[in-house]
Amino acid sequence: MKNVVLTTVLIASLGFMAACKTKPEPTPPPPPQQTSDTSGVGDAGATVDDTATGGPTGELLSKRVVYFDFDRADIRADSQAVVSAHAAFLAKNPSQKVRLEGHADERGSREYNIGLGERRGQAVRRALLLSGVAEAQLSTVSYGEERPAVAGSDEQAYALNRRVEIVYLK
Amino acid sequence: MSDRMKKLALMILAATGLASPAFAQLRLTITSGVTDPIPIAVVPFARAVPADGGLDVANVVQRDLESSGRFKGMPRTDMINTPTSAAQVDAAAWKQMRNDYVAVGRLGTTAAGDLTVDVELVNVLNGQPVLSKQWTTKPANLRNTAHRVADAIYKAITGIPGAFATRIAYVSVDGKAPNLHYQLIIADADGENPRKVLQSDRPLMSPAWSSDGKWLAYVSFERRVSAVYVQEVSSGKRSMVSARAGINGAPAWSPDGKKLALTLSGNNGNLDIYLLDLASQALTRLTDDPGIDTEAAFAPDGSAIYFTSDRSGSPQVYKLGLSGGDRPRRVTFTGTYNARPRVSPDGKQLAVLTLDNGSYRIAVQDLGTNTMQVLSKGSQDESPSYAPNGAMVILAGRERGQGVLQTISIDGQTSFRLNADAGEVREPVWGPFLP
Repeated sequence: MKNVVLTTVLIASLGFMAACKTKPEPTPPPPPQQTSDTSGVGDAGATVDDTATGGPTGELLSKRVVYFDFDRADIRADSQAVVSAHAAFLAKNPSQKVRLEGHADERGSREYNIGLGERRGQAVRRALLLSGVAEAQLSTVSYGEERPAVAGSDEQAYALNRRVEIVYLK
Repeated sequence: MSDRMKKLALMILAATGLASPAFAQLRLTITSGVTDPIPIAVVPFARAVPADGGLDVANVVQRDLESSGRFKGMPRTDMINTPTSAAQVDAAAWKQMRNDYVAVGRLGTTAAGDLTVDVELVNVLNGQPVLSKQWTTKPANLRNTAHRVADAIYKAITGIPGAFATRIAYVSVDGKAPNLHYQLIIADADGENPRKVLQSDRPLMSPAWSSDGKWLAYVSFERRVSAVYVQEVSSGKRSMVSARAGINGAPAWSPDGKKLALTLSGNNGNLDIYLLDLASQALTRLTDDPGIDTEAAFAPDGSAIYFTSDRSGSPQVYKLGLSGGDRPRRVTFTGTYNARPRVSPDGKQLAVLTLDNGSYRIAVQDLGTNTMQVLSKGSQDESPSYAPNGAMVILAGRERGQGVLQTISIDGQTSFRLNADAGEVREPVWGPFLP
């Protein structure tokens, strides 16, 4: 029964996605950055996020996570106020930069989920740009399903993991 | 030679130590049997004490053969004697005990300190010798030699090269979300002998072997954003080959090892597939579509790539010829979700991740008839990868919330599970035949 419901939801969402897919002008990526060689059999990457900062406070501005429905990348009605509050703050503080980190739940293919996380990050980015935030203030990264907020293979965990985190940068 | 390549070459020359041992040891268990396996007795080999280090070579051989799904090994407790040469094998008696084949062997030492492994295989149905071969090895490589013995027996009986003396790479993850710890591991195809080649507190994903088995490409988020690296397996030396704005993902080696297919997005978030020439760094765009294009895999002859695209509204697999002027052509039509294609070594079949009645499973599609057969039985299976002989697929599944690895014979009859004793394992990739 659960499978039937899931399939139905999936088919419905896919239809929606097809209907609302945006058509940005394809542009080639920028030229390669300088490559670097690392003697790295050992450790790569540390846990402490030394690029992040506390950022603004307040009822809406302290909320930094935007959640999404299954297989969707449109900002839900219940997240509009949070996104608008960050948009207004960033428009008023043009030197402040944020990183939009897109995520997917664990179902499906990992690299395809990187694409889904990116689509969500871009949705928040477009909403902020439309509200007057400058392009230079925004960067996106997609972690796909690789960095879940919570462990677990149930609907509750999936819902918490389909998200964009707004990270204020130093 | 570019400066970068020169620098890389120098670093390879200067390279010394290898990776440290990993903690995630895999255990192999049979999860489903075979209907009609070939019965074989692999008799314990005559030992070379202490040079063999206590390794039970015949046991490694028997486990390999059984893991293929094509063989059933005779339990040792049922054996009435332990011949170590073909001349000592009483074919009629072994046939009476319902064996088709008997493998016998003996280890020896050479003056130089090497080990010799002599193996003979007898068809006890007709009493004829099928195989008689000697291997010479350093004691440290005895396990690999045991896998090569299994390869030779497998080929002598089935006509197909065995893939037991090959390696797999996979990603191991431990910790509790969101504080996860990632390791890239290389192990023997049976999960033994694991060693860590990289560890990180940020995600590692999408390992891919070069066709000569000397290099791995992978995605690392160690710089907070994604970048693609290539790493020489023997030295551990690595080089960042793509850290462009946006996504750098899904690396796939061209069969000649000179190029990588990559997924790049640029700043606007539009994922398309590109071809990166490793020596010149020249970048060629292969796809150009507003949907998600990713997960490229080369046809074995290098003439085309297969990839995932949701240009039709849901992820499906497409083929793009690389001779120039070709347009992507959709190749999967069964169901609403087909992704992460991998091409069989003979180029005649695709393994994909498919949504099958609400469960994510691995299926194979015949590229001649386009019929699809679902192989796996889990609810969240992913990341299929063919053994180099095309007889098995390794994949990742989920059990009680933990990622596990599984191999399945291509007819779907046999499956084996590889569990980690700690943490979870994912994204297995089967390496090529080794010289």
